Amino acid sequence: MSHLLEVNHLQTHFKTPDGILRAVNGVSFTVDAGETLAIVGESGSGKSVTSMSILGLVSDPGKVVGGEILFEGKNLLRLTKKEYRNMRGKAISVIFQEPMTSLNPIFTVGFQISEVLRTHYKLNRKAAKQRAIEMLDTVGIANAEKVYARYPHQLSGGMRQRVMIAIALVCQPKLLIADEPTTALDVTIQAQILELIQKLAKEQNTGVILITHDLGVVAEMADKVAVMYGGEIVEHASVEQIFHRPSHPYTQGLLASLPKIHEDEQRLYSLPGTVPNLLESSEGCTFAPRCKFASEACLQSKPRLALQGEQHWVSCLKAEEVRG
Amino acid sequence: MEQQIKKRKTTLWSLLWNSKLGSLGAIIVLFVVLVAIFAPWIAPYDPAALDPIKRLKPPFWMEGSLPEHLLGTDNLGRDILSRLIYGSRVSLIVGVGAVLVSGLVGTLLGLLAGYYGKWSNILIMRTADAFHAIPSLLLMLVMLAVVGPGLTTLIFVIGLTNWVSYARVVRGEVLSIKERDFVRAARAAGASNARMLFKHILPNIMSTFIVLSGMNVATTILMESSLSFLGLGIKPPDVSWGTMLSDGKQYIATSWWVSTFPGLAITITVLGVIFLGDWLRDVLDPRMKAND
Repeated sequence: MSHLLEVNHLQTHFKTPDGILRAVNGVSFTVDAGETLAIVGESGSGKSVTSMSILGLVSDPGKVVGGEILFEGKNLLRLTKKEYRNMRGKAISVIFQEPMTSLNPIFTVGFQISEVLRTHYKLNRKAAKQRAIEMLDTVGIANAEKVYARYPHQLSGGMRQRVMIAIALVCQPKLLIADEPTTALDVTIQAQILELIQKLAKEQNTGVILITHDLGVVAEMADKVAVMYGGEIVEHASVEQIFHRPSHPYTQGLLASLPKIHEDEQRLYSLPGTVPNLLESSEGCTFAPRCKFASEACLQSKPRLALQGEQHWVSCLKAEEVRG
Repeated sequence: MEQQIKKRKTTLWSLLWNSKLGSLGAIIVLFVVLVAIFAPWIAPYDPAALDPIKRLKPPFWMEGSLPEHLLGTDNLGRDILSRLIYGSRVSLIVGVGAVLVSGLVGTLLGLLAGYYGKWSNILIMRTADAFHAIPSLLLMLVMLAVVGPGLTTLIFVIGLTNWVSYARVVRGEVLSIKERDFVRAARAAGASNARMLFKHILPNIMSTFIVLSGMNVATTILMESSLSFLGLGIKPPDVSWGTMLSDGKQYIATSWWVSTFPGLAITITVLGVIFLGDWLRDVLDPRMKAND
């Protein structure tokens, strides 16, 4: 069976005055219908650029320079601008992290939901309104008819994110990209929003790419996890394996920096160092400078993603040793 | 409950009533518009009718005034009140017309420069710089000298001189708005360039546009006056407030009323337009509507 989305050796580079910045450097993964893939990593690891590449919205001076993005078997990189535009919001949707500013302040939320419908389906005003109100109801907004006529500033952050979800899912996309959908929300609202996304995705059999740096969210939502570091995927496995048998030192570091309520620790663990400068192409492993397992070999040759168990890919020379 | 709903439906009128300056501006503008429309019915005399015997008669409260000429007469014995009433037509038509021309041209160019950037930005903004470098009065004088004066040419000449301010402001606004999240979100939802420009960006610069237009109606009225004052605007027997000012300049020491009344008319109208524009900006902000 072919995958819903198959990304192969995706390379997105930014031309800067100081040289070429390799924001995404040979990333590959797949997403199937109804499956949730979490892409995890620090800020600057290339998660968001990966999602923007899939949407064809990498802004200047960035450019997808290599690889392929197969969506239902079709390479998105070969689409014309117009074909790509027709995909966005219809077949592939996105929820951004800032619900406070992602809605146009001068239109009612209802108008903004129906606009998407009218763009993609040429519905008339009345039918679009009908459908938009249904959708508001679906995302759990009480009094949908009243809220339809509200302006974004009259809604709370949680309500706005629900509206964003309504906009993203109103055309029943096959793939949903959720770019840190709960980062800007209250903790109490976060769980509700995640549950909602999960529920609707399951109902519509939507494939989800969840971009986050929050491992709690990952544990709750994801089927598969791809850990990104320095523009590359360093570990790719099922969510169980990532949490129970992390095999890349970076993944271990991420897990170790989660606060644990049962253990009596005085200090939180934090990974030493910062994300690598992607302008310099290093000979060896990008993580080596921050890695406690690193040896001379790590600094000299770049590890490739290799199978370490069933569907468990790790890019580390010392994966065996790391897993322990 | 019933009351609450009623209270929530704040009408434009109540918003206007709540703003003192806004209502003042609206009253002034409405008054001038009505005067301009009904000029033939309310003007006591033909504005061009000469009467050499009744030259330079003062307004009604001064000694030597004639009761039939409320605001006195000018150097050719023409009734000043009638001329003021007819003059409002030119001021309004030129004011609104030229602002429409410059607003249309400037906004369109500003949108293109801001949204597409690159060469369109360079081309448009350098042209704007070039326009800006030439004194606008000089530019208008040259254009009028080539095309010849008249109401339509006046509108286009002033309009095409003023587009620069629109282009600059609109471009700046577009640059900041197009980086905002909702624009990115709209693009991710599959909006086309035209849709982005006219549905998402343009409405968001409307309030700036309106304030700018209020100011521009004001400067345009003043420009028309200056051009007419210099003899390049409206030609007799047509009358504008600018030509009246100009007519009165030689008599300012002895018969101040000839140029003072049109001057006052200009000042009051301009202020009215500015007040109204400010109020409109507030009203068009959706945050002002339906506050609950």
